[in-house]
Amino acid sequence: MSDGLGRLFQSKITNNTAAHRPKLVENVMKGERLVQVERLTRSYGGIRAVDEISFTLRKGQVLGFLGLNGAGKSTTMRMLAGVLAPDAGRIAINGADLLDQPRQAKQSIGYLPEQPPLYRELTVDEQLRYSARLHGLDHATCRQALLQTKERCGLADVGRRLIGNLSKGYRQRVGLAQALLHDPPVLVLDEPTVGLDPFQLREMRGLIRTLGRDRGVILSTHLLPEVQATCTHVQIIRAGRLVYAGALADLERQRCSTHLRVGLNAPPPAVNLAQLPGVVQVEELGVGRFRLHHAPDAALHQAVLERACADGWDLWEITPEHAGLEQIFVDLTLGDAPI
Amino acid sequence: MILTIAARELRGLFLSPLAWTLLAVVQGLLAWIFLILVGDFRNLQGRLALLDNAPGVTDLVAAPLFRVAAWVLLLLTPLLTMRLLSEERRTGTLDLLLSAPVGSTAIVLGKYLGVVLFLSGLIVLVALMPLTLAAGAPLDSGKLLAGVLGLILLAGSFTAAGLYLSALTIQPALAAMATFGLLLLLWVVDMAGAGQKALGSLFAYLSLSRHYDALLLGLFDSADVAYYLLFIAAFLGLTIRRLDDARLRD
Repeated sequence: MSDGLGRLFQSKITNNTAAHRPKLVENVMKGERLVQVERLTRSYGGIRAVDEISFTLRKGQVLGFLGLNGAGKSTTMRMLAGVLAPDAGRIAINGADLLDQPRQAKQSIGYLPEQPPLYRELTVDEQLRYSARLHGLDHATCRQALLQTKERCGLADVGRRLIGNLSKGYRQRVGLAQALLHDPPVLVLDEPTVGLDPFQLREMRGLIRTLGRDRGVILSTHLLPEVQATCTHVQIIRAGRLVYAGALADLERQRCSTHLRVGLNAPPPAVNLAQLPGVVQVEELGVGRFRLHHAPDAALHQAVLERACADGWDLWEITPEHAGLEQIFVDLTLGDAPI
Repeated sequence: MILTIAARELRGLFLSPLAWTLLAVVQGLLAWIFLILVGDFRNLQGRLALLDNAPGVTDLVAAPLFRVAAWVLLLLTPLLTMRLLSEERRTGTLDLLLSAPVGSTAIVLGKYLGVVLFLSGLIVLVALMPLTLAAGAPLDSGKLLAGVLGLILLAGSFTAAGLYLSALTIQPALAAMATFGLLLLLWVVDMAGAGQKALGSLFAYLSLSRHYDALLLGLFDSADVAYYLLFIAAFLGLTIRRLDDARLRD
């Protein structure tokens, strides 16, 4: 994680329990590939839900899988977790092929589906213990893991309550705790924050960021703020195809400041502004304010400053405007914006 | 791993009122029939004493009781098996099992074992009733054991068929209906072709009830036992295949 945003996230993270450090992860070099997906394809009745998707997840990355509903996010997540078999392609989890060595691969994954797989008639403790046993944890390890994970996910007080009586937010946490119990190096979270209230949302995002430091996390969402708040990397999927993949910081940099807002006390006619080098379009905002659309690489502010001084426009505001990530997302998911 | 899944299945059964209600209803119903049978036997006793080689208390009380118990199992097993896989698929809890490092075989065997253990408990409770007669009458323990074995094999067969049909649909009611239909058909299939020789013996062989009748008479034929074991293995195999297939199709 060399990008600035990643560092920003890291500095913001409050130091959570460092005692809970996974054994598997200790051996892994920094930046090691935890998940490798090659040309993954899956059709439902002739419709390609996932079309030749390839990507890599490294340790320390929180990868946001962004797309509209029905874009193929859940299908990809289900295939990663081994719940659904792919038509074609290869998935390697922590070095083990998911199809050839399913047990080893699945041991390295914690999966939280869209609907947390919980038995309503069990208590939280019973559910977590069952899941721990399914993942091969022995008795002593199980008790230890149970305590730590419950603490981590804020479930310490509800261990003896029935899952059927818990609120959606708590169930989501139990689901996450279940995925964490066996301390997997890879977490696959399908829309982990759906149905949470704003406070729980913040907690969950903080938790995911913390978990992402010594693991690889993939989370899917159709909410852009979610990605901005949680992820270091982003992948945008449209109609089963990956249309963008990269660090979040790159995405923000790539599209930023293509607009310049200027405020002038003695504005010239808009035509004069349009003649500035690199200006594509001039938008009048009234009271001497203009929005200048320009090519991404043009150093327009220089030209504006020089002309404003020379022609006495009496400049009082000059602001580079960032094209919102929202706009980029809409362009990439709906339109045919070139990447 | 199989035991973990079986234990959860059993736990789930006893955490719902269904299991308790089934146990109570079956026990109550069979106790009523048991009392009637014992009463009949007491009325017949005088005349039986005059016969050479007369049928004993095991033939006149235990065997008919087990015959009724088989019918009750036929009605009840679909209710127990209908949720096994269909409900898990509907509520999404199957994802937990599929994403865990557990094979389809372990999932199917675990679920199967859970229900069979429950039914075995129920059968033991039923068998306790004729066993109380040992206090005052000579019991044929061999016949009694053969009967219990027959009931357990029957329960195992019913459960295997129910488990498979539960894997085919996500509607528990549909699974129950289909299971009931299939079991009933296999139970009475020997009625067909009674006149014809070749066809008749084929249908008789296919019938679930014929092999059970032999065991109730105390005839322990390994062919009968093999029939049930094959029946169970076939349906469990189909269920495992179906579960693997679900990952491909779903």
